[in-house]
Amino acid sequence: MAELDRTHESHELGMHTEELTGRTQQTVFSAEESDNLVYPWASEVDFSRAAEIDAEPLDQRQVNQEIRRLMSEGYGTITVLNPGAKHSLGVGILSRLNLHFEGSLGYFGCGLLDGPNVTISGRVGWSCAENMMAGQVVIEKNAGSTFGAAIRGGDLVCKGDVGSRTGIDQKGGTIIVGGRTGAFSGFMMQRGRMVVLGDAGKNLGDSMYDGTIYVGGKIADLGVDAVEGEMSDLDCHWLSRKLGQYGLEVANGVENMTKIVSGKQLWNYDNLEPTEKKLVL
Amino acid sequence: MCGIAGLIHRGKSSDIGSELTAMLQSLKHRGPDSTGFALYGNPREGEYILRFKVAEQEDMRKGFKIHDQVKERRAEVDRRLGELGARKVQDDDATEYAYRYLISYDGDMKKLADYVEDVEGAEILSIGNALELVKDLGDATTVSGQYDLGTFQGTHAIGHTRMATESDVDIRSAHPYWAYPFNDIAVVHNGQLTNYWAFRRKLERGGHRFMSNCDSELIAVYIADRMNCGDDLEAAMHRSVDELDGVFTYVVATADTLGMAKDVMAAKPMVLYESDDFVALASEEVAIRSVFPHEIDTYDPYEGEVMVWQS
Repeated sequence: MAELDRTHESHELGMHTEELTGRTQQTVFSAEESDNLVYPWASEVDFSRAAEIDAEPLDQRQVNQEIRRLMSEGYGTITVLNPGAKHSLGVGILSRLNLHFEGSLGYFGCGLLDGPNVTISGRVGWSCAENMMAGQVVIEKNAGSTFGAAIRGGDLVCKGDVGSRTGIDQKGGTIIVGGRTGAFSGFMMQRGRMVVLGDAGKNLGDSMYDGTIYVGGKIADLGVDAVEGEMSDLDCHWLSRKLGQYGLEVANGVENMTKIVSGKQLWNYDNLEPTEKKLVL
Repeated sequence: MCGIAGLIHRGKSSDIGSELTAMLQSLKHRGPDSTGFALYGNPREGEYILRFKVAEQEDMRKGFKIHDQVKERRAEVDRRLGELGARKVQDDDATEYAYRYLISYDGDMKKLADYVEDVEGAEILSIGNALELVKDLGDATTVSGQYDLGTFQGTHAIGHTRMATESDVDIRSAHPYWAYPFNDIAVVHNGQLTNYWAFRRKLERGGHRFMSNCDSELIAVYIADRMNCGDDLEAAMHRSVDELDGVFTYVVATADTLGMAKDVMAAKPMVLYESDDFVALASEEVAIRSVFPHEIDTYDPYEGEVMVWQS
C-alpha cells in the first residue's frame, strides 16, 4: 500500500489554515509527528479482541481499573454496559482503543484522552472529554455544559443538544454539536474548530483568541471580539467532509453556515517569547 | 457545591419520601453537612401542618439545662398558639427539639408566625396545607430515618444536600427555605448570590424576616415578596432571574407546582427528565437514576430558563 501523504491530506482538509503563533508552539507542534506518537507505557492492544464490562455493580474507579486491566491483556475493543450516569468513566486513556459505552455517563467522562475511539449511546454530563488530546468521542444523545473544555485535539461529537460554555478554552481539535449549544460557547477559544448545526446561545466566541466557529442555526449574539468571517470554499469542503464522517448534515447546507472568528482586537498573543516581551516592555 | 433535587408526579400520589431520600443520598458527595426535604402531601382543607424547632441540634449537646429549656420553649409556643386561637389537632415529636403540629387556624398567618418565632430559639420551618419541611444535620438517609420520612406519600417534593460555604453548619442555614409567611412555598438553591445584602436590606425594610445569613434564604423571601406584590409564581421566578445577581440554580415548589430557574450564566448544573406522568430534576443525573435505574433521556435546561410543572 502506498504511504499516505498525511501532509497533503491535512492540507486538503483545511487543517493548516490557522497560523500558529508563538515560537514555542511552532517549533514543537507537528500534526504529522503527533499521529505517530505512542506513549512508551501504552498497552499493545488488538482491536479484534473484544470484552464487556458490566458497570452496574462497580463504582467508577473499579470500572476504570477494569478497562485498564483488559487493555493490559491486549483487548482492543471494550464495551461498558450499564454505566448508569456514573462520573469520570473512561478517563486518562492514552493509547488506541475502541471503547463503547452502552448508556449514559455522568460528569467528567472521557477526560484527558489521547488516542482512543469512544462511542456513547446515551447522554453525557458536564465536562465531557475535557483536555482531550487525540482520538474520537461520539455521543448519540445530549451533553451537559463545558463540553470539550480545553480540548487540544481529536474529534468530539455530540449528536444532540449541549449546555453552556461548549469548548471553553479550546486549544485545538474539532467539536461538533448536532443540535443547539448554550451561552458562552467558544469562550476564550484559542485554536481548533467548533461546528454547531443548530442555534448558539448568547456571547458566542467571547474573547476568542483564534480558531473558527461555524453555526448552522441562529446566533443569539456574539461575545466580545468575536466577528463574522467569510465562508470560503475550503471551509465548505472541510465541513462537508467532517460532518459526513459522522453522518451529520446541516439543514440549510454548509455554504449557508455562519463563520465566526476572532476580531483580534483583544488579542494578547504575539510572536514574542516571554524573555523578548520583557525587553520590549 | 450543594446538591438540589425535585420530583413531581402528575395526577397521582406516590412514595415521594423514599424517592427523594434516594435522590438526595446519591448527591451526598455534593454536600454532607445537612439535608433538607420539602414534601407535599394531599392538601388538608382548613388545617395546617406546622413544622418548627426550638433549638439547634448542636444546642442539645451543651449541658443539661437545654433539655428543660426546649420543654419550656415548646410550652410557650403552645400557649401562644392557643392565645391566637389556633387549635392543636395533633402533635408529634419529630426529635427532642423539632415538632410537627396539625393545627386548625383561620387568622392572620404572618401574625401567628411572628408570634411563635418570638419565642427564644423558635423557628418555623414551614406552615402549609400540603407542605411538610424537614431539615437537619447529616445525610439524607440519616435525616429521613430520624424524621420517619420513608413512608411519606405525596405528589411532589424538593430537597437539598448542603456543603456549607458562607454560613454555619446548622439547621437554620440548611435548605429548603420556607417562603415566610406564605403557605406551602419552599425553595432549594445551589449557587451564590452576589447582591444578597442589598436585597436583604431592601426586603427587611419591607417587613420580611431572615432567620439566617445564608444567601439562599433570600430567594425564598424574594419569591414571597413578589407574590405578595401580585406576581404569580412563574412571573416571580422570571423576575428573579433578571434581578438576582450571581450564579444560581434553584427549585421552588408550591402546593401544586414545581418550578426551576437558572441564572443567565448557567454556571450551576441541573439535569432534567420529563415523562407524561413524572418529572425529576437534580444537580446530577445519578440522582434521577436512583429512582429510574434504566436508560432515560435527560437534558440540561439553558441559561436564564424558567420552567414550571403542575402536579
